[in-house]
Amino acid sequence: MNSLEVSQLAYAYPDGTQALFGVDLSISRAERVALLGPNGAGKTTLVMHLNGILTAGHGTVTVAGTPVRKDTLKEVRQRVGLVFQDPDDQLFMPTVRDDVAFGPANAGVRGEELDRVVKGALERVGMLEAMDRPPHHLSFGQRRRVAVATVLAMEPEILVLDEPSSNLDPAARRELAEILRSLDVTVLMVTHDLPYALELCERSLILSDGVIAADGPTRELLADADLLARHRLELPYGFAIPAV
Amino acid sequence: MHVPDGFFNAVTSVSAGVVAAAGVAVCLRGARRELDDRTAPMAGLVAAFIFAVQMLNFPVAAGTSGHLMGGALAAILVGPYTGVLCMAVVLLVQSVFFADGGLTALGVNITIMGLVGVLVGWAVFRLVAGLARGKGGVTLAAFLSALISVPASAMVFTLLFSIGGTAPIEVSAVAAAMGGVHLLIGIGEGVITALTVGAVLAVRPDLVYGARGLAKPLVLRGAEGTTTVGAPEPAPVRGAGRPFLLGGIGVTLVLAGLVSFFASSSPDGLESVAESKGFLDRATDHVFSGWALADYGEVGGIPVGVAGIVGVGLVLLVAGGVAYAARSRDRIKV
Amino acid sequence: MGAGHHHQLYLPGGSVVHRLPPQCKLIAVFAFAVVVVATPRERFWAFAAYAVLLGVVAALARVPATYIVRRMVIEVPFVLFAFLIPVIGLGERVTVLGLSLSVPGLWAAWNILAKATLGVAASILLAATTEPRVILIGAQRLRLPSLLVQIAMFMLRYMDVIMDEMRRMRVARESRGFEARNFRHIPVIARSAGALFIRSYERGERVHLAMLSRGYSGQMPIIHDMSASVPQWGTALALPAVALAVLGLGL
Ligand SMILES: Nc1ncnc2c1ncn2[C@@H]1O[C@H](COP(=O)(O)OP(=O)(O)OP(=O)(O)O)[C@@H](O)[C@H]1O
Ligand SMILES: [Mg+2]
Repeated sequence: MNSLEVSQLAYAYPDGTQALFGVDLSISRAERVALLGPNGAGKTTLVMHLNGILTAGHGTVTVAGTPVRKDTLKEVRQRVGLVFQDPDDQLFMPTVRDDVAFGPANAGVRGEELDRVVKGALERVGMLEAMDRPPHHLSFGQRRRVAVATVLAMEPEILVLDEPSSNLDPAARRELAEILRSLDVTVLMVTHDLPYALELCERSLILSDGVIAADGPTRELLADADLLARHRLELPYGFAIPAV
Repeated sequence: MHVPDGFFNAVTSVSAGVVAAAGVAVCLRGARRELDDRTAPMAGLVAAFIFAVQMLNFPVAAGTSGHLMGGALAAILVGPYTGVLCMAVVLLVQSVFFADGGLTALGVNITIMGLVGVLVGWAVFRLVAGLARGKGGVTLAAFLSALISVPASAMVFTLLFSIGGTAPIEVSAVAAAMGGVHLLIGIGEGVITALTVGAVLAVRPDLVYGARGLAKPLVLRGAEGTTTVGAPEPAPVRGAGRPFLLGGIGVTLVLAGLVSFFASSSPDGLESVAESKGFLDRATDHVFSGWALADYGEVGGIPVGVAGIVGVGLVLLVAGGVAYAARSRDRIKV
Repeated sequence: MGAGHHHQLYLPGGSVVHRLPPQCKLIAVFAFAVVVVATPRERFWAFAAYAVLLGVVAALARVPATYIVRRMVIEVPFVLFAFLIPVIGLGERVTVLGLSLSVPGLWAAWNILAKATLGVAASILLAATTEPRVILIGAQRLRLPSLLVQIAMFMLRYMDVIMDEMRRMRVARESRGFEARNFRHIPVIARSAGALFIRSYERGERVHLAMLSRGYSGQMPIIHDMSASVPQWGTALALPAVALAVLGLGL
């Protein structure tokens, strides 16, 4: 059974802007996949459908065999953990501790157990000392790490990250990669950081103008200069695909 | 118009509290039908917005300023039931967190600004929006509903004050002063409400409860070209609010009746106008720059209270006329 | 985001009053207000006693008197109204400083002023010693309908956003030389109101989406325990109890 299955997904924002024009994709269990594409391609919009935050205008989204519908939202959201592009959208409680506790507490975790989960998640992202600070006093990179912790604390089966490596310092970027590699979960990672995609994900998808334009091994996609140029993707200066 | 503690006697405060509690209870049930899982956030936003805009004073006339009350705006944006809840929460927060409006006067405040403001606002909105369709109609309806809901609230305040106020004041004098000032405030409220609703309608029509529908078809791009599929079902405007409509009209009628009764049945109405004129002139001199109240106070020997009602009636008539005209224009376009 | 930084009324501290559970304080203040309102207006010394009581609470909470006084401005419109009552009131009249004033009107003015002032001061004390978010938890514990609590909670959250946006927009307006002075400026203000609404909504919507994606289903989860013990109730209710005793003395 596939972890994620999207078919013919189309969506228009309430103001009439159509962002997705029939997206098809499927990701199997424990696979790590990168979602690449230029600004405005619809990556964030697509990701928001994966746990039912946006409701498909047309087409279907299926998570571990469960179709995303109004009556399955609770279950779907327990399975899919979503790290937002902007950590300020993700952090809303008065302290880091409360914020990380929010998800598990909604799932019914209480007391000592809650405390343990919260500390564990913060420890993994190296933010344990910031536990009692208000999120809006943290630096951007620190906020991003807390945002990742809020999702890790929910122990999702499918982890969806929208540009997780932006604004992280090199060490934090590497640490995040280690965390992702250590997890036995399905990962879909939106990124503009092509080397990061190559490092972490076997497979990549290119979303362009609201449809999937390419799907294949990351190494092959990144080696295709024409394909990259057509979709406004560029490898960093001086970066070459290392030989196997 | 946030009434503090000690303004109304105990019986009135308690009765108003009971009315407010009953009203809020009804709305709690009704609100579930109005919005989906976004009820609370959207209502919270509207509440916060009303709170913020109430701090934004706008000039009524040289030297005086009024502020938005927000009942009509809330009703239009989130529907009447949720609208009442928004107003109740705003008043609750203002009295508990900001000491604005007395705790024991909470019932009075919720009744006047929440129930009456939203009820009358929604009734007028539905009436006008029913006559004049389209975005223009919604904006016009927004303006008129806000314009009328403010003096209506002021009239209920006056009424309550005459029944259970702790000060001995001539009702018609209060009615005239309150009605006059609030009619002017109502214009400001109407403009702000109409422009806010208009602005939201232009960018996020999905956020205006009173105007739902209209989704464009979706386009699919595949290997074999482009196809068009139907848009998802737009959330229909539900029939909720009919009781509100009737209630609103009822309240308006009762108000008109009661106030005119008070105004005409007080034998010393004219005399008291003369007596209070000193006060009115002084208090409202800068508001009306001399002319407005003079006209308002005595229209060919008619006492102020009656003049006020006639004024409100005229506004209603004009509103109806404009709405009707707007409707015919829309028809011609079609 | 996050609550707390613009709610000017809250004065952080660790006093007895600060530490009382919110539900106790809410009930205490409400009961106090009821006693005050129920007091006959001729009972001058009772009002004085109430003021002293509030003074004691303020001292315990270490809320400076100037802090309370400065926040009393909220009352000003009604003070003005109260001053007008004797002028326009009916009934027997006396002449004070050349002004003809109504006697019942004077009584009414005193009644409103005294009660409103005490009510406002008590509310300020509550708000100064309790974070808004915590007051809401208290309200929830007092069985206020959860939909209302939620709306209030979101309202507090959005207030941050709106205040921020409002400040930014005002600065932008004023830096271009605009100042609201008369009727013609209403449209300008109103248009900013519309823009303000959409901007705040779209910022707030994303936060709401984040909450939904972490399993929020309409109820704030219980993260901290907030139950009140009997002694805590006792401490809090001392205020209205003493006030009631004062009222009872005169009967
Ligand atoms: N709330 C919104 N309302 C209307 N249109 C929107 C909204 N959010 C995004 N869009 C539009 O939808 C399209 C896709 O946006 P999306 O955010 O999904 O892009 P993205 O691929 O995530 O881009 P980026 O790499 O910049 O994050 C864009 O044209 C954008 O302008
Ligand atoms: Mg994006």
